[in-house]
Amino acid sequence: MARGDGGATTRGKRAAPRTQKRGTTGTGDPNLVQLLTPEGERIDSATGPDGTEYRVDFTDEEYRGLYRDLVLVRKLDAEATALQRQGELGIWASLLGQEAAQVGSGRALRTQDMAFPTYREHGVLYCRGIDPIMPLGLFRGVDQGGWDPNEFKFNMYTIVIGAQTLHATGYAMGITMDGRIGGDEGEAVIAYFGDGATSQGDVNEAFVWAGVFNSPIVFFCQNNQYAISEPLERQTRVPLYQRAAGFGFPGVRVDGNDVLASYAVTRHALDNARNGQGPTLIEAYTYRMGAHTTTDDPTRYRIASEVEAWRAKDPLARVKAFLEKQQIGDESFFAEIDEQAKQEALHLRERVLAMPDPQPSTIFDHVYAHGSPLVDAEREQAARYLESFEGSAH
Amino acid sequence: MATETLTLGKALNLGLRRALEQDPKVIIMGEDVGKLGGVFRITDGLQKDFGENRIIDTPLAESGIIGTAIGLAIRGYRPICEIQFDGFVYPAYDQIVSQVAKMHYRSQGKVKLPIVIRIPFGGGIGAVEHHSESPEAYFSHTAGLKVVSCASPQDAYAMIQQAVTSDDPIVFLEPKRRYYEKGPVEIDAPLADAYPLHATRLVRAGRDATVLAYGPMVRTALDAATAAEEDGRDLEVFDLRSLSPLDLRPVYDSVRRTGRCVVVHEAPGNLGLGAELAARITEECFYSLEAPVLRVTGYDTPYPAARVEEEYLPNLDRVLDGVDRTFGW
Ligand SMILES: Cc1ncc(C[n+]2csc(CCOP(=O)(O)OP(=O)(O)O)c2C)c(N)n1
Repeated sequence: MARGDGGATTRGKRAAPRTQKRGTTGTGDPNLVQLLTPEGERIDSATGPDGTEYRVDFTDEEYRGLYRDLVLVRKLDAEATALQRQGELGIWASLLGQEAAQVGSGRALRTQDMAFPTYREHGVLYCRGIDPIMPLGLFRGVDQGGWDPNEFKFNMYTIVIGAQTLHATGYAMGITMDGRIGGDEGEAVIAYFGDGATSQGDVNEAFVWAGVFNSPIVFFCQNNQYAISEPLERQTRVPLYQRAAGFGFPGVRVDGNDVLASYAVTRHALDNARNGQGPTLIEAYTYRMGAHTTTDDPTRYRIASEVEAWRAKDPLARVKAFLEKQQIGDESFFAEIDEQAKQEALHLRERVLAMPDPQPSTIFDHVYAHGSPLVDAEREQAARYLESFEGSAH
Repeated sequence: MATETLTLGKALNLGLRRALEQDPKVIIMGEDVGKLGGVFRITDGLQKDFGENRIIDTPLAESGIIGTAIGLAIRGYRPICEIQFDGFVYPAYDQIVSQVAKMHYRSQGKVKLPIVIRIPFGGGIGAVEHHSESPEAYFSHTAGLKVVSCASPQDAYAMIQQAVTSDDPIVFLEPKRRYYEKGPVEIDAPLADAYPLHATRLVRAGRDATVLAYGPMVRTALDAATAAEEDGRDLEVFDLRSLSPLDLRPVYDSVRRTGRCVVVHEAPGNLGLGAELAARITEECFYSLEAPVLRVTGYDTPYPAARVEEEYLPNLDRVLDGVDRTFGW
């Protein structure tokens, strides 16, 4: 891990240099920062569009930890999709294909950093140490998201597209006002959103504010190429990362299927932010392998060959290939991780099935911090009404 | 005359198709309305037949959808805007209430905005938050907008066409939980013969009490009326159809006969449409009333988690309870 906390796992023995070839720059394209090729070749360093050099320096144990994260996140997501198919969840927004962008950026956060997610950031949620059961309540319809955003530094999921980018910006302004900028102890904010969201007024207003107030924030756009059925071209005619220039801060496009590059770019941007250098827009270039949500039918708007081309860039397969090549992961290691993922998924399933429906009276809870005579009266009236059925034929 | 049995959703689709055929200036714009045919498939197949210039997949920006529709309307087009879900209309709220609603007035009638804003609204589909809202009061409160809601496939088919031909901007609320319910539709009846867009419709005649509903609650009110027969009560049910302007003359006549009135809607009661209806009916029918006008509505809380929405939404039992209360007065 580059430094400090937020590491994938405990530290191990420092790895031998893994560089394929000195000075390799991946795609060689500053417009796509990459540190691990789809074939699992490690790239020493990559240069971003503004000349920033990105590199990572992980121990063997940390590489293995990242792989473990990716596998677990994928498995839990698959379990949730299955639960939806079996009628246990009302809907599910799968992250399949976006694991590297989420785990890479999620692991780049320091403990004190705050994240503002959409409804698809189950991988970031996992990295924040939140019980993966948490978002399932929302999708099952028993609550509206149950974790404490302040405790975990991970805000509630946001369904209205783009709204959270402004909340994140305001939070970042608060960091500046509190004088919490500077050094490793300084705080930064990350706001997640999709390519479609970049069309929203809110997101553009967030860019304006963050730029004007030089706020400690990273805008992390997962460009998974589609907003439900609409391809990227329906949202923009310039590459999204280039938008940042017009708002006065740097933009960088990273290979979102590359967990190492996602980590490196995010960590760099967060550290810049916490050190007073203002916002960065990161465009994690990736692909949504599944449906938008379980109610969507992607065959209506995209072709199989496109999906296949992206499958070849799978974020897990490339880390596995790398671990194998470097002999830092063997059969028993992979089998152990698969077993662990299976067990955790099973555990998740059991707990979802055991989630009770809420009591009707919960409808009236927490409408106001200081209560309301109107709501109180309705609570009583509803209770009396429900009691009237007791013992009746209803 | 050809009568077909269609779902409400399919009737809307066919109505939109007719509107597009009738007038080349009619266009549809919204998120995912093209290839996908909308998330509820209401625009299914239309882009294939009318092309990308008339069925426009817009960027993901609601304020943009309504704001550009205003410009297109000024330019002579008749945009039909689809808002994907009720809870996503609010980014466009400013454009709707500050701009769409007021341009005709500000321009002293010189600028007409024949815009239809289609919104699938209401609950009962087990969705996550922001997907089950009832925003009708916000729009009905704004002068310059007309607000309607269809409840049957027949009305869906005719009302959407009438809305498109109207020169006034119309917020068109579609009861999403009823999209898949079927009913007869006269598909080649001339639009001129259709039931007027802003007229309240009697959907069940009865003697003992008057029940008012619209959109998703019309079905519920009718079911309650059937159930009430067992208790020997004969309910008269109206589908308001138009929420702004309201057409209450047939309702007044009814309440003067029955002496009792229950208003049903999914939206929260506080400052909801029911309050307006109760006030007006009380003013007009005070001496005929045997009981106050009662409301059966959603509670004054945010829309709750899906697994308790059955408790939140007025259902048949709660409507019957309202009816009991009016008789118990
Ligand atoms: C304001 C708003 N409008 C519409 C929607 C419906 N909707 C949900 S997700 C989505 C597409 C989002 O695409 P993108 O921002 O690219 O994120 P992705 O889901 O692909 O990660 C839409 C249109 C919404 N949730 N909020």
